[in-house]
Amino acid sequence: MSEYTILDDRRYTKTHEWILLEGDIATVGISDYAQHALSDVVYVELPEVGQQVEQGEAVAVVESVKAAEDVYAPLSGEIVAINEALPDNPEWVNEDPYGKGWFFKLKPSDPSAYDQLLDATAYQKVVEEEAH
Amino acid sequence: MNKTRLYDKHVAAGARMVTFAGWLLPVQYPTGPIAEHHAVRTAAGLFDIDHMGQFVIHGPDALPFLQHIMTWDVSTLQPDDAHYSLMCYHDGTVVDDVFIYRRDNDYMVVVNAANRKKDLRWMVQQARGFNVQVTDVSDETYMLALQGPKAQTILQKLTDLDLSQLPRFTAKTGVVAGIMTLIGRTGYTGEDGFELYFAADQAERMWDALLDAGKEEGLLPCGLAARDSLRFEACFPLYGHEIHAGIDPISARLGYFVRTEKGPFIGRDALLKIRLEGPSQKLVGLEMLDKGVPRHGYTVLIDGKPRGHVTTGMKSPTLNKFLALAYIPAEHSQIGTEVEVVIHDTPKKAVVVKTPFYVPVYRR
Repeated sequence: MSEYTILDDRRYTKTHEWILLEGDIATVGISDYAQHALSDVVYVELPEVGQQVEQGEAVAVVESVKAAEDVYAPLSGEIVAINEALPDNPEWVNEDPYGKGWFFKLKPSDPSAYDQLLDATAYQKVVEEEAH
Repeated sequence: MNKTRLYDKHVAAGARMVTFAGWLLPVQYPTGPIAEHHAVRTAAGLFDIDHMGQFVIHGPDALPFLQHIMTWDVSTLQPDDAHYSLMCYHDGTVVDDVFIYRRDNDYMVVVNAANRKKDLRWMVQQARGFNVQVTDVSDETYMLALQGPKAQTILQKLTDLDLSQLPRFTAKTGVVAGIMTLIGRTGYTGEDGFELYFAADQAERMWDALLDAGKEEGLLPCGLAARDSLRFEACFPLYGHEIHAGIDPISARLGYFVRTEKGPFIGRDALLKIRLEGPSQKLVGLEMLDKGVPRHGYTVLIDGKPRGHVTTGMKSPTLNKFLALAYIPAEHSQIGTEVEVVIHDTPKKAVVVKTPFYVPVYRR
């Protein structure tokens, strides 16, 4: 049993992004473990709508009291929406990482790549290894 | 790696521990650094700062010795007074910034943890020819800071000493929670508050007594992150950031603490020269006009060219603005000057603003 919430309705990356695929649109944020590790978030920099991104490319920055960390595109595709209220309400990343604290939505160029991402069980292992 | 005597208590409380100046210290408790910061501004916070060093300067030449190594005029300290000072090298750059407490028969100098060994070596070297002993009492002395508008109410529950009669920048010995303590009305947060010095083996007892006494007032244990954001808003320098062995106090806008008129002291000639000619760079406050978090080491552009660097920057929890302290050429240091800070490879607009960002309550 982990002290961090990991939802099993979505996928994850080793770099601690979560991805929720609904239809052909993937919503992306950072995991509960990541927000906890970062400590209080004070700002986020988001990509631009229409931007084409490559899987693994740094597309957003999350700034905490401690440090600035990159957020990576978990899939290749086009950014179709950003959480415009988030830069003014960065505490949402800490308070509700899987809900109000989402970063951006992208339309994957290859939706089947989603299945290659980590499921909750696999991500749980990543967190356990890193946290200890 | 050094652990303070409260290490186990911090871990049990869920604190996140980090290495700072060779010590394992709490950077934050589960409440988080922003909540801790607000607690100190609105109620009270308790800080384990045992990593700080304390030296006792004793002997007939204690005052002339301190006059020789300190930039402040130590002869102005009355019994029980405490004052900030800098210690400089001959070239005017900073050995350390310290707090000097005048006690009944000696002086106590509080130094930065990272500089403890260096300072002791430096002071012992400079003590030649003075009838004085410099003793490092850091290991047997514990240091806690109780800071915030409720600090007096909380501490008064544990001591008979009338704290309303203890003005800012003075210190008296009294019994706190049954423990003989030097109570200094000093601190590094910009709030009212106290720094407590007592026998190291009483650390756990004192910590528990204070936390317990402060429950009703909303006292929170605070970590290094809150300590940094609080001192930053008040624009108190941090050694290794705003001041270091490569910078002089005039450039750091600490000239008030450099009393060249008091007579000879180490660094005086160099500092007089800098004062006369004007420093080439100055420490300024910056407020970001474009959003972004400026951080230590980031480049400052003037007219698109790299001309300075950020020493500390963050989102100020009290003012809710992105602020920085930065060194820039003196000729561009006027308030209102527009500059840029390079954040993640992107120049972001900022403007030179008045400091301190947060005026300490005891200076209003």
